[in-house]
Amino acid sequence: MSVRVFVPRDSAALSMGADAVADAIVAEAGKRSLDVQVVRNGSRGMLWLEPLVEVDAAGGRVAYGPVQPGDVAGLFDAGLLEAGEHALRLGATDELPWMQKQTRLTFARVGVTDPLSLEEYQQHGGLVGLQKALAMDPAAIVEQVVQSGLRGRGGAGFPAGIKWQTVLGATADQKYVACNADEGDSGTFSDRMIMEGDPYLLLEGMVICGLAVGATEGYIYLRSEYPDARVVLTTAIERARAAGWLGDDVLGSKKAFDVHVRLGAGSYVCGEETAMLESLEGKRGIVRAKPPLPALEGLWGKPTVVNNVMTLAAVPWILDRGGEAYAAHGVGRSKGTLPFQLAGNIKHGGLVEVPFGVTLRELLYDFGGGSATGRPIRAIQVGGPLGAYLPESRFDTPADYEALAAAGGLLGHGGIVAFDDSVDMARMARYAMEFCAIESCGKCTPCRIGSTRGVEVVDRLVGGDEPKKQEALLRDLCATMTSASLCAMGGLTPLPVLSALDHFAEDFRK
Amino acid sequence: MQAPSPAASPATPEQLAAIDAAIQSHAQTRGACLPMLHTIQESLGFVPHEAIERIAAAINWSRADVHGVLTYYHDFRTAPPGRRVLKVCRAEACQAMGCERLEQHVAERHGVAMGATGQDGELTVEPVYCLGNCALSPSVLLDGRVHGRVTPERLDALLAVGKADGGEARS
Repeated sequence: MSVRVFVPRDSAALSMGADAVADAIVAEAGKRSLDVQVVRNGSRGMLWLEPLVEVDAAGGRVAYGPVQPGDVAGLFDAGLLEAGEHALRLGATDELPWMQKQTRLTFARVGVTDPLSLEEYQQHGGLVGLQKALAMDPAAIVEQVVQSGLRGRGGAGFPAGIKWQTVLGATADQKYVACNADEGDSGTFSDRMIMEGDPYLLLEGMVICGLAVGATEGYIYLRSEYPDARVVLTTAIERARAAGWLGDDVLGSKKAFDVHVRLGAGSYVCGEETAMLESLEGKRGIVRAKPPLPALEGLWGKPTVVNNVMTLAAVPWILDRGGEAYAAHGVGRSKGTLPFQLAGNIKHGGLVEVPFGVTLRELLYDFGGGSATGRPIRAIQVGGPLGAYLPESRFDTPADYEALAAAGGLLGHGGIVAFDDSVDMARMARYAMEFCAIESCGKCTPCRIGSTRGVEVVDRLVGGDEPKKQEALLRDLCATMTSASLCAMGGLTPLPVLSALDHFAEDFRK
Repeated sequence: MQAPSPAASPATPEQLAAIDAAIQSHAQTRGACLPMLHTIQESLGFVPHEAIERIAAAINWSRADVHGVLTYYHDFRTAPPGRRVLKVCRAEACQAMGCERLEQHVAERHGVAMGATGQDGELTVEPVYCLGNCALSPSVLLDGRVHGRVTPERLDALLAVGKADGGEARS
């Protein structure tokens, strides 16, 4: 019988040479006439160990990493197929501390299965949520999502159930589900890992959403910066259609739902839901004024659920186990789990799914192991380019929506970027304004003009040109952007700028 | 990303055929302007000026509308790129790991500044804002493939490999 060896196809693993490692394993096994089946799985999320190779030995799966092609012959010499001892041997995958400390609800299958195998998806609990949903009334499905307390994982944290209720209650000849896969925040990659590592989960979540609100068509707005995710996702959709999971007769229910992928084109602001809808319609990604809410007048003017990948991917579990079971995880009004992403200058970067309420310090040190450079972590940015920079004194803040807001930050999409003590925070503040200037859609003045003026003011402030006056001007400008911008792009850019100024004032005086 | 100067060379018959084929392939697509531009750039590496009028005619938009979409998105080029396209991530996580060093190295060692194409037409360097590989920063995308933990030395090696096998630029 052939031995299964797993080499991830996740783009983080590919970026470290996983394809060459897979090729080397096939070649080495051939040379030794060994019966090996290489499976291209998703990533377990221990990205600093990629390419992480696993062997399915008698006692379960055992991990080795990081493996380079040059290590492969030595691994075979050490008895890789019997999980033999080797310097790169990490131990049983499920027993590694990184895995044991997690609560993987959404990511349960990621890294375990072949992402494109319909059989493995079902063998590992897939489709159960959808089958239950098919036997329920739309209102009952929505009720489960309401009970779960699931909030929008894109960053805004709006209750998903309430949004679904609004779309369900709207009357129209056509409704849509629009999945926001424009994961543009630096420091985030959980959407990508789901799309590359368990794409049927997202499709299942979208079908359930369609059943719940009465939509028959779904669109995934995928950013063009994710070429590997595009390949996996489009292949998964073709296979799901062929298997009758999508189409006019979902699982023989006579109910219709189909999914299309649309590609973004490098615009960050298209992650804002109304700009995304414009872009899905093939137009410039210009933000729409609200109201009308997309839930009532969304894609092509029809009622539309706009949800992030993580939101929709949480739904199959909720329908399978019930909203109450999901709500049993987490704290306060932040229910369930969040896949946190540790990035930047961090020793053990990767993805950690845990209930809300874990502290930033636990994430940075217990999981992350401190900085990659070994120097002290001086600042972290939580929640992407529009999130606050927090100093060490805030690291004990629990990571939930309310606690982070109270600490002057935001949780966003759950990404944490660490910086060591070599960081120049005035430079990061300037970059926040610069990024806003590059990415502003241009519709509203505070964002379009304010960001450019912001770069100039930061330059004058750092240049020592009447610094008191410049600081007052910068704060005034930020107040205008915060209160008068049309969307979060201009409205939240002041957050990284002012948090850098408030917590790291010394970097602005040189 | 501006309209071409009068000196820009007109599209070849082959390019015009590729444009028409791309437009035709999206005849049934709703909201087709953006998908059409993508397909054209995927086949030609850029969007020739002539595409504007042809898309506009196909979807009954004004040329100004199509021009607006073409110039709004960072991805689209209105001039041919170099044989190889290197996108260097400039976002925060990569900054935390010194991506400026890569930008500087490419400019100094390979003579191509950010946003430019080398004089020999070999290499185009473009900024990108996050490749979703933030735990393995700094990252680059070279001819459509992501590479993580990129040092100047590793980048030189990657660029040298492509030169030897003469691979086609992908994106």
